[in-house]
Amino acid sequence: MDLVAAIGLQLAYVIANLALISLGLAIIFGMMRVINLAHGEFLMLGGYTVVVATNAGVNIWVAMLILAPLVVGIIGVIVERLLIRWLYGRMVDTLLATWGLSLLLVGLVTSIFGASTATTVAPPLGAIQIGTYSASGYELFLILITIVLLILVWLTLRFTKLGLLARGTMQNAEMASALGVSTSKIYMITFGLGAAVSGLAGGLLAPMTGVLPTIGATYIAKAFITVISGGSAILAGTTAGSILLGGLNGIFSFIVGSTFGEIALLLAAIILLRLMPRGITGRFFRKSL
Amino acid sequence: MTFSRRSFLAGSSALALSSAPIIGRAQGSDKIIFASILDLSGGLDIYGTAMADATSLAIDDINAAGGLLGQEVELKMYDAQSTIQFYTQYATQAAAGDRAATVHGGITSASREAIRPTLARFKTMYFYNTQYEGGVCDFNNFCTGSTPAQTVAKVVPYAMNKWGKKAYIIAADYNYGQIIAQWVERFVKENGGETVAIEFFPLDVTNFGPTINKIQQAKPDMVFSGLVGGAHVSFYRQYAAAGMNAEIPIASTTFGIGNEHKLISAEEGNGLLAAYSYFEGVQNPENTAFLARMDAKFGANRATMNELTVRSYEGAMLWAEAVKLAGSIDHAEVSAALKSGLTFNGPSGPITIDPQTNHAIQNVVLGELQDQEFNIVESYTAQPPSDTQLVCDLNANPTLSTFYFENGLAAAGIK
Repeated sequence: MDLVAAIGLQLAYVIANLALISLGLAIIFGMMRVINLAHGEFLMLGGYTVVVATNAGVNIWVAMLILAPLVVGIIGVIVERLLIRWLYGRMVDTLLATWGLSLLLVGLVTSIFGASTATTVAPPLGAIQIGTYSASGYELFLILITIVLLILVWLTLRFTKLGLLARGTMQNAEMASALGVSTSKIYMITFGLGAAVSGLAGGLLAPMTGVLPTIGATYIAKAFITVISGGSAILAGTTAGSILLGGLNGIFSFIVGSTFGEIALLLAAIILLRLMPRGITGRFFRKSL
Repeated sequence: MTFSRRSFLAGSSALALSSAPIIGRAQGSDKIIFASILDLSGGLDIYGTAMADATSLAIDDINAAGGLLGQEVELKMYDAQSTIQFYTQYATQAAAGDRAATVHGGITSASREAIRPTLARFKTMYFYNTQYEGGVCDFNNFCTGSTPAQTVAKVVPYAMNKWGKKAYIIAADYNYGQIIAQWVERFVKENGGETVAIEFFPLDVTNFGPTINKIQQAKPDMVFSGLVGGAHVSFYRQYAAAGMNAEIPIASTTFGIGNEHKLISAEEGNGLLAAYSYFEGVQNPENTAFLARMDAKFGANRATMNELTVRSYEGAMLWAEAVKLAGSIDHAEVSAALKSGLTFNGPSGPITIDPQTNHAIQNVVLGELQDQEFNIVESYTAQPPSDTQLVCDLNANPTLSTFYFENGLAAAGIK
């Protein structure tokens, strides 16, 4: 029974982890159709923000929950103004530009902080006991905050004026523009928001995985696979994609081993996209956000 | 100016003529070329950059002492960018293009296997200065790093004596991890213990939760880790976050050579055991002088020295000593000098090449991690590479160029 609870918690964490690293990309790629190959580096920058801030004596919660999204959000806005806004609708060009950006960011961070970084930020919550098993309290916190984050993004898109304008602009920019919406500004804000969510995710994961200039590479493929498998409805899609792929990954990792967990995730994504080329929300939950 | 084929030909041949003397000078140069191929960027740079620093200090020291055979030694540094194909490319470049006297480098066993055959074909002497799983038997390849019989065979009985008989092995999923897991299993069995499970992880795995559950379920007395690279450092954090570091201790064959103990906090790492041929705390005058020179060259914020970095320095110095003894950079003569029992007294102590295997006979230290420092708890002098000696005899077959453990220990005839 304890084992079931411990594995259940672990499974929930694998799913939440996938949703957390994918949500920012869901906004930038799923919603805005910008193939952002620098997504992993946005996560990495969130992690570095936390490390630099805590080394400077900032409280770790402030660093993770406020500074990381703020700093990466601002970087996102700068990137959008300088790079992305010239390339809307040119998918291949954005792909190349953001790939270049990704290499640039890795190079910059390596030259500032070195190849390996002493990230002595330990998870700020202790272990919790489930009968004879113990689990990380911080993992439980990450599961909860992922749920909160999904709800917050949903509320923003569904009930605020900004959310309405953003959705309208992404669906039909010319019509939105004709109705007096400054689409350029909406694009900028949405991109910044996506970057901020990525930064928050990176900051939250830093105590669990540590930070390295190249850590983004371990996230990027999984994030894209989750978002693409999820389909056009970004929140329902990301959630459904994370549950399916993360669940399979967790179950196979536990039964057979990590290598097979990764294989199961990729295989499931291939089969899913063969059967549902438009992703899960291309067939189910089509009206959802 | 109009551009015709004739003017193009004239122009380009002029260019070829004018550049010819430069090539000629490079080949007839009065410098001895020392090539180094390491990963200075990409995921493996946590090992490579410090190894490159130590190599450059060695070349400085050689030149400060008047160079070799009256000539200056020039260091050609190649960055393989954590990509195997660059290793092959740069090895060919170093051997055929630069006509290097020796090539030092390779970090992962995969990278060593990529360049070893190339360098053997060109007869460009190759030094692999990394601790690894043993089994290379190559007339052209000197493996100066420690091997499992030198290190793992020490840490296993020590850990079992301290903690108990049941081991759980986790390792990186490529040739090093697969083979080192077999060594650990073998040594555990030899010491009357039991391996309850072996698990492998691709190098980019960052979530170890399911494994931590499995470890809790199996209740071993210790976890043996052969995890590799930056992403795998996550394991030690998550293990500590689940409170496991207080319950089941860890011994490792890899922890520390990427300075992992500086990357995680003191509480997360305390109590971990590992054995290598060097920790910074080794006491001898050569080590004190070496650390002072590293401080002078790279500043107080230089990387912590470990076996990989120190051996990169010692490998280069050992080669230089052999060139001095041979009075030549000729392959056969330097090789004979290295195998003659020549000893270099380095920061880790004396190292000598075992002529049967071209591996190093070296000192080994066993350390326990406390507050981000390895405290030396046991020392062993002049350890032979007895694992590779089981399969390799270059005295009997002086032209061999193979890797015996490629398909595991059983395939090499080791039970």
